[in-house]
Amino acid sequence: MQNDKKRKLNYAQAINEAMFCAMEQDESVICFGLGVDDPKRIFGTTSGLKERFGPERVFDMPTSENAMTGVGIGASFNGIRPVMTHQRLDFFLLAMDQLVNNAAKWHYMFGGKTSVPIVIRLLIGRGWGQGPTHSQSLQSWFAHIPGLKVVMPATASDAKGLLLSSIFDNNPVIFIEHRWLHNLEGDVPAVDYRIPLGKAQRLRMGEDISIISNSYMTIEALHAIEVLLENGVNCDLIDLRTVSPIDWEMVYSSVKKTGRVLVLDTSVSTCSVASEIVARVSMECFNDLKCAPARLALDDCPTPTSSALTKKFYMGAEDIIVSVGKMLGKKIDISKISMQKAFPHDVPGDWFKGPF
Amino acid sequence: MVEETIARRYSEWKMRCPTHLCTGQEAVAAAVGQVLKKDDFVLSTHRAHGHYLSKGGNLSGMIAEIYGKETGCSRGKGGSMHLIDLDVNFMGSTAIVGGTIPLGVGLGLSIKLKKTDQISCVFFGDAAVEEGVFYESVNFAVLKKLPVLFICENNFYSVYSPLKVRQPEGREIYKLAQAIGCQSEQGDGNNVLEMYNKVSSAVNSMRNGGGPYFFEFKTYRWREHCGHNYDNDLGYRTQEEYNFWKERDPVSIFETFLIKESVITKNEINKIEINIQNELDLAFKFAEDSDFPKDDEAFKDIYAK
Ligand SMILES: Cc1ncc(C[n+]2csc(CCOP(=O)(O)OP(=O)(O)O)c2C)c(N)n1
Ligand SMILES: [Mg+2]
Repeated sequence: MQNDKKRKLNYAQAINEAMFCAMEQDESVICFGLGVDDPKRIFGTTSGLKERFGPERVFDMPTSENAMTGVGIGASFNGIRPVMTHQRLDFFLLAMDQLVNNAAKWHYMFGGKTSVPIVIRLLIGRGWGQGPTHSQSLQSWFAHIPGLKVVMPATASDAKGLLLSSIFDNNPVIFIEHRWLHNLEGDVPAVDYRIPLGKAQRLRMGEDISIISNSYMTIEALHAIEVLLENGVNCDLIDLRTVSPIDWEMVYSSVKKTGRVLVLDTSVSTCSVASEIVARVSMECFNDLKCAPARLALDDCPTPTSSALTKKFYMGAEDIIVSVGKMLGKKIDISKISMQKAFPHDVPGDWFKGPF
Repeated sequence: MVEETIARRYSEWKMRCPTHLCTGQEAVAAAVGQVLKKDDFVLSTHRAHGHYLSKGGNLSGMIAEIYGKETGCSRGKGGSMHLIDLDVNFMGSTAIVGGTIPLGVGLGLSIKLKKTDQISCVFFGDAAVEEGVFYESVNFAVLKKLPVLFICENNFYSVYSPLKVRQPEGREIYKLAQAIGCQSEQGDGNNVLEMYNKVSSAVNSMRNGGGPYFFEFKTYRWREHCGHNYDNDLGYRTQEEYNFWKERDPVSIFETFLIKESVITKNEINKIEINIQNELDLAFKFAEDSDFPKDDEAFKDIYAK
C-alpha cells in the first residue's frame, strides 16, 4: 500500500480499509452481523477480516437482531468496541428497543459513568424492486434520539475517515451507507485518518444558494451543480457528513452568505432531517433569507416495488436543478443531464445487476 | 415448473425485484396446501411462491406481480416477496424474517373469537426461530390454545450462513417449540405423502380445539438464496451435499411412487405437465401484456378509505 493522496478506492473498499485499520490497532474492535464472513462479505466491505483477525473477532450471528444488539452493548461495557453490520436498515428495526432504551440512554441515566462505544452499520437499499421493506431511509428516527450519533458519508474518503472516528468514538454511532454509493471511487489515503463527527464539509463554494445534503443525494447534487454552473448559478454545497449532531455553524454561515437554502434528503419528507434543517434555518437565519427555504425529499409514501413506479419516485439532479431554478426565478434546461443517463433508472450503473 | 420457468426467464431482466425461488422445497407447500381448506388462512415469507400457489393463489396475479404490472396481486407495489390473494385467504407474505409469525397467531386469535373451525397456518424458515418474536408468538398461541399451524421449512441455510454458525450443534428445531409447550413433530420435507398424513391428523385435532401444532420439515433449496442462478461455486455448501439432496428431488420421488402404485401413468403425468406449462405460458403472456401501473399509482393506497 502506498501512501499516495491520489490512491483510488471505491466506497466499499474504503469501509473495508477502515475496518482493517481499526482492528489492526485495537484488539478490542470486533465485527459481527449476518453474513460478515460469508462468500459475499457484505458487498466486499468485510472482505479478508476473518482471515486476518480470526473467527473470535469476526463472526456471523443468529438472525436475532434485537438480542445481538444487546449483546454488543453488553460487550461494550467491558471495553469491547463492536461494529455490527446489517445488510438493510429495515432488518435492524427489530433492535430499536436495545438501541433506544439501552444504548442511547446508558451514559446519561447512570450519570455519565459509563458509555456504549458501539457502531451499527446500516445499508439503505435502492433499485431493482427493493420495495417497501428493503429501502427505507430512516435516519431521522435515529437522529431523533438524544445520545445517538448518526453518520451518513457520501464519498469513499469520508467513508473511511468517518468510520474510523465512529469506531473510536465513545458513543453509540449509527453509520448509514447508501447501497448506490458502494461502487463510487474516490481518493482514499492509505494512512489512518479521522474525520471528526459533527463537522460538515463544503464541497462547492458559491454565493447564490446553499444546498445542504447528505449521503447519496450529495452525488446527485454534484451533477446538478455542474449544470447550474454552466447556467451561471453558483451553489454552496454543504455535505453534512453526520446528520446528528449537525454542524449548525457551517449551515448557518452558508445560508447567511447566500440567503437561499435547499435541503436534500434521501428519506420521506415529513419529520425528516431536512425538516429539522429548514426549521432551524428559518428560526436562526430569518432575516437573511431572500426566499422561503425549500426541501427536496421523497413524498410521504412507502417505496413501491414495480420499476414502473420507482421512475418518478426518487429525487435526482434534474429535480435539484428545477428547484434551484425556481428559487432563483430562472428557467434552466435539464435536457442535457437527462440524456446522460445510459442505463435504466432503477440501477445506479452497469455494475449493479440486482437483485440486491 | 413455475420456479424453473421464472429462473429461465429472469435473465430477460423484466422481473426486476429480489426473487427467492423454492425449487427443491416444493413438497412442503404441496402437502400442507392439500390439507388446508380454502377458508383456512396462510401467511408466508420472502420465499412464498410455493405457499401462495399451494393455497390456490392466482398464478397470473403472481407472475404479473413479479413483473411489476398493475394486474399483479399487489398491483406492483409488493413484488415477489410481498404476495397476497384474499380470494383464497392467502393473507400475505413479507420479507422481514419472522415478521409474519405473530400475524399467524393473531389470525388464530381471530378464529377463536369468531368460533369457526378454520386453521391459521404460517410458513417460515430455519432462521426465523432465531428471532425473539418466534418464542413470544408460540408462547401466546400455546397459552390461548389457538388453532395455529406453524410450519418451519428447515433448509439448513439462511442466505449463505449454515445452521452451525447460528444454532448450537445437535439442535432439533421442533424441540424448541415442544419446550414452550407446543405439540411438535419433525418430518422429511421431501416426502409429500408422509407430510400430508402428519399434517392431516394434526389439523383434524386442531379443528376440534386441540391447540397449536408445530412441524419442522427438513428440505433443501436448489438455487441461490435470491435470484435465478445456482451458487454452489461460492463454496458455502459442498457439491456432495447438494447432490445428495438433488437425488432426493421430492417431485420425481413422488412421481415414481405414484407410478409404482399404479395411481397414475407416465402418460397422465405428461399430460398434467403439458397443462401446467400451458397455464404458465398464459400467465407469462398475461404478465407481459399487462400494463405497468401509471406513475401516480406510486402515491396511492397509503391510507385506507
Ligand atoms: C429481520 C431480518 N433479518 C435479516 C434479513 C435478511 N434475510 C433475508 S432472507 C434471509 C434468510 C432467512 O433464512 P430462512 O428463514 O432459513 O429462510 P430461507 O431463505 O432459507 O427460505 C435473511 C437473513 C431479513 N429479511 N429480515
Ligand atoms: Mg433456511
